[in-house]
Amino acid sequence: MASRVSFDCDLVTDFESPADEDGVHDSFSQLIQEQCHGLHDVIEMSSFDLEEESRDDVEYLEAPDYQRSDSDALQQTDHLIGERWSSDTLKVLSSMPSRTIGRSRGAIISQYCNRTMQLRRRKQSRPSIQHFPRSARPSIRGYRVETDGAGFEEEENKRERLVNNLQNLSVNDRVRMLRAMPLSLAEKKELRMLVLNKAEHSVSQNQIPCCSQLKYYIIIALRHGWYGWLSFLSSLQLWQTALKCVGGRFGTGVLSYFVFLRTLLFFNVFLFLVTGLLLVVPQAIMHPDPDQNVSVSSTWGLEVLTGAGYFSHSVLYYGYYSNKMLQTGCSASRNGTSCTSGLSYNMPLVYFFTIGAAFFVTCIILVYSMSKSFGQSFRIDKSKGLLAIKVFGSWDFKVIKKSSVRLQRANIGTQLKELVAEVNRQKQKFPVLQRLFRLFIHMLAWIMCLGSTLACVLAVYYFSEYMHRDLHMRAHAGSSDPLLKEASLLAVPVVVSSFNLLLPGFFNAVAWMEEYDSPSVLNYVSISRNLLLKVSVLGVLCYYWLGRVASEPHLLRLECWESFVGQELYRFLLMDFIFMLLDTFFGEFLWRLFSQKALKRKRKPVFDIARNVLELIYGQTLAWLGVLFSPLLPAVQIIKLILLFYMKKVSLKMNCQASGKPWRASQMTTIFITLLCFPAFLGAAVCVTYTMWTMQPSQRCGPFQGLKTMFQAGKLWVQELAAVNPDLHWLASAHAYLVENPLFLFLSAGIFLIVIYFHSQVVDGQRKIIELLQEQIENEGEDKKFLITRLQDIHERKRGRTPRRVQGASEDSSYS
Amino acid sequence: MGNKQTIFTDEQLDAYQDCTFFTRKEILRLHGRYHELAPHLVPMDYTNDPDVKIPLALIVNMPELKENPFRDRIVESFSEDGHGNLSFNDFVDMFSVLSEMAPRELKAIYAFKIYDFNVDNYICKEDLEKTLNKLTKEELTPEEVNLVCEKAIEEADLDGDNKLSFADFENMISRAPDFLSTFHIRI
Repeated sequence: MASRVSFDCDLVTDFESPADEDGVHDSFSQLIQEQCHGLHDVIEMSSFDLEEESRDDVEYLEAPDYQRSDSDALQQTDHLIGERWSSDTLKVLSSMPSRTIGRSRGAIISQYCNRTMQLRRRKQSRPSIQHFPRSARPSIRGYRVETDGAGFEEEENKRERLVNNLQNLSVNDRVRMLRAMPLSLAEKKELRMLVLNKAEHSVSQNQIPCCSQLKYYIIIALRHGWYGWLSFLSSLQLWQTALKCVGGRFGTGVLSYFVFLRTLLFFNVFLFLVTGLLLVVPQAIMHPDPDQNVSVSSTWGLEVLTGAGYFSHSVLYYGYYSNKMLQTGCSASRNGTSCTSGLSYNMPLVYFFTIGAAFFVTCIILVYSMSKSFGQSFRIDKSKGLLAIKVFGSWDFKVIKKSSVRLQRANIGTQLKELVAEVNRQKQKFPVLQRLFRLFIHMLAWIMCLGSTLACVLAVYYFSEYMHRDLHMRAHAGSSDPLLKEASLLAVPVVVSSFNLLLPGFFNAVAWMEEYDSPSVLNYVSISRNLLLKVSVLGVLCYYWLGRVASEPHLLRLECWESFVGQELYRFLLMDFIFMLLDTFFGEFLWRLFSQKALKRKRKPVFDIARNVLELIYGQTLAWLGVLFSPLLPAVQIIKLILLFYMKKVSLKMNCQASGKPWRASQMTTIFITLLCFPAFLGAAVCVTYTMWTMQPSQRCGPFQGLKTMFQAGKLWVQELAAVNPDLHWLASAHAYLVENPLFLFLSAGIFLIVIYFHSQVVDGQRKIIELLQEQIENEGEDKKFLITRLQDIHERKRGRTPRRVQGASEDSSYS
Repeated sequence: MGNKQTIFTDEQLDAYQDCTFFTRKEILRLHGRYHELAPHLVPMDYTNDPDVKIPLALIVNMPELKENPFRDRIVESFSEDGHGNLSFNDFVDMFSVLSEMAPRELKAIYAFKIYDFNVDNYICKEDLEKTLNKLTKEELTPEEVNLVCEKAIEEADLDGDNKLSFADFENMISRAPDFLSTFHIRI
């Protein structure tokens, strides 16, 4: 076009990758400067056609006025920009590639044509380095280039090509492309029909041999099956309307708590199905070993609460499970059981592998959901752009109820005001004394919290020791009131649960005293304090169970320490639930009355999301710890979660209202899933692994009686297999060298760590590239500004008009 | 599965499943909702693809949209004629884009259309002012509104034309991790 526009020669045009652009960035402002200085000479516009410009109905655009003061260069361009833009410029502007996106069908079709082409190419082969376009502006080439100035035939051609490309994609990719296209549904359906017709047509025409046709029909049938399965799954959508209600009234933050509850429920259902089908059902069908002493207490005491008594010799606990092969077709006779041939079921082995496999699958699901959630919520957290994001991205479309909408409006208004005030206000330098004072307050608060946590932990430790001695005495004393004995079992759970209930309130009070400025910092601090408390309490309890009870079961006259630990966990779970009930009905209800009547606050209290989620995580940790000792514990947890859901929903409606503070839902969800995975699941898995690996099981009960460790069950089985079938000798030696040898485990752990390190380096590199690309985008913007002003200037020169200043009133332009 | 429905043919349902983020059951449920908005207009039998459109006034009475300040713009953005008269296809399209599974880019495109009040493919200052007024009604003073608009445009505008084109909008929205969860309506 314009022929003799001279560009500065330090505009380098050859680049291998965006990373090389480092050197050029400084030169843009210089470039603009130099071009502005050289305005009055050089430029000639020989081939620039201005004839089509109309004289009278020129549309003008009120130019933007910049407040940027970074360089004089920009101010000089301002001088140009403060002009009227001619229709020519406007025409060029309006057909710029970036402006035509989403505007017309033609542009969309072209864009997706390119995308499908790229997808096909990517799927077929990896592009080599040479294919990357060598240009200083990789954003101009690439997929958003098509303009919509194309004629009708070209659009038809593009459509043809799009249909071709779609047809050549795999079915999944095609569906994904179709769904992601921003066309109207009618057009998408038409495209799809064309693609399918074409596919059928080609199928019938090419006379594909019948096995390929068969494969084609199988794929179609599988697809139908998959859709049917998805429909079935979606019809099982648990609590869909309830969640919609809650979301409609309270917003995304509170909704995330209930969604988290539902996720935990699914984990427990999975655990329950696995252990139920593989462990409970076979054992329940087979009779227990006749040589086990079953002492059933005749009176119903506090069984449901303590899980002991009548329940202690039931399918609920570890002690019930047999350590032999279960055989169908066994008949118990006077002399012992005589078994004819039937199905044999190796109980110890199945027990061991079931628990192991359940944990493994749970681990994989957790890690997958954590990484997915992390990927969605992670963004390069720049501090700029907050206001725009707040305006466009903060309205929660799920909120339906009128009062909540009003509240949301008020919230957003407040947040916008704060942001604007922050922008306007100078960065306040607090006097040193005040800063020191605040630091002192924070340190004091932390000392108080950590101190109270420590005190709590010590209290639990000494109290459990005391109860241990107490039980020891009772066990040796013989006759004592059974009811009191059972009630004393509940002492430690009650104490722990009450600490769990009261201390977070104390932490909240301390945080209120500290007066945090930003609500997100407050959230993180309170989550970390609560987490510390729960982790330490659980740590002490695990030490007590595994270190004291399990290692010296004779002290408590326990035949079956695993059953006892299972019962303890059952009690803890139940007490946790009861205390949550009490907290919800009395705590929230009474607090609302108190705050409305005594404190005379207009608004109801706010639902404390973080605290409730941590409670859920704590309960789930207990369930995971207990699966080994009590295979039916997931069922208890399922019942507890279902009841909790309805209870919290009712309490929410009665006592709470939507929060006034912003809650970054996706970040918080990521944090909760991470907390579920890392301290909670990992801790439980470590405990269970430790138990299975090193602790000696009870001699006289359970599936692992007589073995040195539970782990030996697998080893013995392998050895048996090798003994029976000499060909499988390699399996035994593989087991001995690989699974038992710690060196192998260290090596594999080391390899994993190295792989993780590499991946983290890749992510770092990608982050750097993203930052560079952001800078590039901004520089592109500068380029555009520059080119537009040059264009305008060229036009002005041609017309020979002198530049005029901006008019007063702002006139909008609307160019089609 | 078991019961034979006569509202859509199987091919139609397959087409809906392939082109939207809904399953068969959800499409049928959506048809139920569509029908109850205007029972006299919407036929129960869609096997012939009848050309029926429900006007804007009836659609914004849906409980999911009734209190939403952007309800008019939402419905207009998904209508073919731009005035808010939705056919069933448009109706399904609207809730599909606003569902949980729609990808970010798709949502960004339609969010841009929604906030573009004068439909000129840019979000100019007036559009932004209207958005703010709908967001906060009477919370902000006119000076504050003006300040917020200017600041927002300054932050997000990359090519310096004092308006937000789609590229600017998308770039800005990509920094908002909550966008996916807030731009979501459950149906």
